[in-house]
Amino acid sequence: MYARHLTIQTPEGIVFPLRLAGPVTRFLALAVDRACVQILSAAVSAALRFLGVISADLAGAVWLVGSFALSFGYGIALEWLWQGQTVGKRLLRLQVMDEQGLRLTFSQIVVRNLLRPVDALPAFYLVGGLACLLSPRAQRVGDIAANTIVVSHPRLAEPDLDQVLPDKYNSFRAYPVLASRLRRRVSPREAGVAAQALMRRALLNPEDRVRLFAAIRAHMQELVRFPPEATEGVSDEQYVRNVADILFR
Amino acid sequence: MIIDLQKFIASERPYWTELEGVLRDLDRAPLRRMTLPALRRFHYLYERVSADLARLATFGAERETRTYLETLVARAYGETHETRRAGHRLRPLHWFFAVFPSTVRRHAGALRLSAAVTVAGCLFGALAVMLDPDAREVLMPLGRLLQHPDDRVAREESALDDELEGSKAQGAAWYMTHNTRVAIGTMAMGATWGIGTGVLLFYNGTLLGAVAADYVAAGQTRFLLGWLLPHGSVEIPAILLAGQAGLVLAGAMLGRRRRMSFKARLRAAGPDVVTLIFGVALLLVWAGIVEAFLSQYHAPTIPYAIKIAFGALELVLLTVFLARSGRKAECTPDT
Repeated sequence: MYARHLTIQTPEGIVFPLRLAGPVTRFLALAVDRACVQILSAAVSAALRFLGVISADLAGAVWLVGSFALSFGYGIALEWLWQGQTVGKRLLRLQVMDEQGLRLTFSQIVVRNLLRPVDALPAFYLVGGLACLLSPRAQRVGDIAANTIVVSHPRLAEPDLDQVLPDKYNSFRAYPVLASRLRRRVSPREAGVAAQALMRRALLNPEDRVRLFAAIRAHMQELVRFPPEATEGVSDEQYVRNVADILFR
Repeated sequence: MIIDLQKFIASERPYWTELEGVLRDLDRAPLRRMTLPALRRFHYLYERVSADLARLATFGAERETRTYLETLVARAYGETHETRRAGHRLRPLHWFFAVFPSTVRRHAGALRLSAAVTVAGCLFGALAVMLDPDAREVLMPLGRLLQHPDDRVAREESALDDELEGSKAQGAAWYMTHNTRVAIGTMAMGATWGIGTGVLLFYNGTLLGAVAADYVAAGQTRFLLGWLLPHGSVEIPAILLAGQAGLVLAGAMLGRRRRMSFKARLRAAGPDVVTLIFGVALLLVWAGIVEAFLSQYHAPTIPYAIKIAFGALELVLLTVFLARSGRKAECTPDT
């Protein structure tokens, strides 16, 4: 099965993950692109009606060549001009990239697009879909041959904490070094848990709410311990609010 | 250690914006050569933004900024560590007269194999029709081909009206697009480790052999040559070249150059496969025009001798072109 992320490590020691696009998202992007090709074909067909008045034979010939060029050229042209994106990929925030993170070349784009007939076998992109599921890098046959991957750039919605973090005095801010340490030690996942707990607190029953915030506080205290004068008299929920205020503001 | 995150972002953002601008310029004009000071600045910006990313990576909540920097570093990484040569400025004539034929020659073994499989298919098709005349119906799916050669020749030679009048351009377009689809399919099937390419080449050969044997056996060799040679002398080699492209791809997948990794082999084969298939597409445009405007007209409208001579001349020119064109450029470095 395919991994969800591909980790790129640069010689400078920078490591970052690229989220690989799964077969379903890619199929949806393909459906959008197919629809675009259909719309463009219809537009060409309408335009050719005028040419048909002069010569029906010539209009028919232009239609045949135009629809052929659209079906093969659409993906190649857009992925080349938009650095690995088509209309469908833009809408679904997908991008074709070189497998090693290098610059995408024209020949890679052509190979991955011209190998679609193989991926489309026997129907509904079954070969491509299976290859995508079974390949460790979620690649269809065309991607394997072209050394490309398709990555997903999900929209990152920052939590709307303004409602739960009123501009009150935060005793933790008096300790900038500890606050900075907290930012470094809290993982994105842990920060997300704190934010979600604050935003959904009204949905919890009172006992669970107390237990949850106590657990989060205990965990955060293990990461960074603020001096007693900063935490004295601060409830568990207020403690988590102070932490979120440090992390997200 | 970052003490004040907002201050850090505010002080570093100009460098991020500058790097983004450089990358945007490179995207817009990938063939542009940077001056040495510009290159140095680009490298400095890349290292600085990388360092910023490393420092910021420890901040769990700064997802958006981190993702932005990751994207910048990834793009800059692709530019700075790319060792493949950037594509040349588009030179269509040089590409067609030098790059394409020299690519064909470089993979002569794949072309020979492509031709051998097609010839094997031809022999099979010819033998099948000669030994079992009922096989015609299975091997020739096209209605016009199923007609007895004598009947067809008699009908077409006695035709008074131009049946194709008013549809020649459409015919040419259909031949071009249909044959190019077949060629792309033949090339693409190389991804099945060459099995699909081999099957398609053999099938094409079988069809060709069956038709040829049928017409030769009926004593219509002159009609056959006059009908097939004008476009076939380009179309059939084009399909062989498409098979060559498929076999080059298959060779890379199977590991013909075993010292290279699987990915490196595919990376090396990609540009050649693309060159071959684009060359094939151009040849098929010519073949389509000839097939629609010349091949379908027979004696007495156009004497067979002229059609056969034209087809033979095309074949000679194509052979010379593929064998000789661009040899000077091969000897010259940096082409």
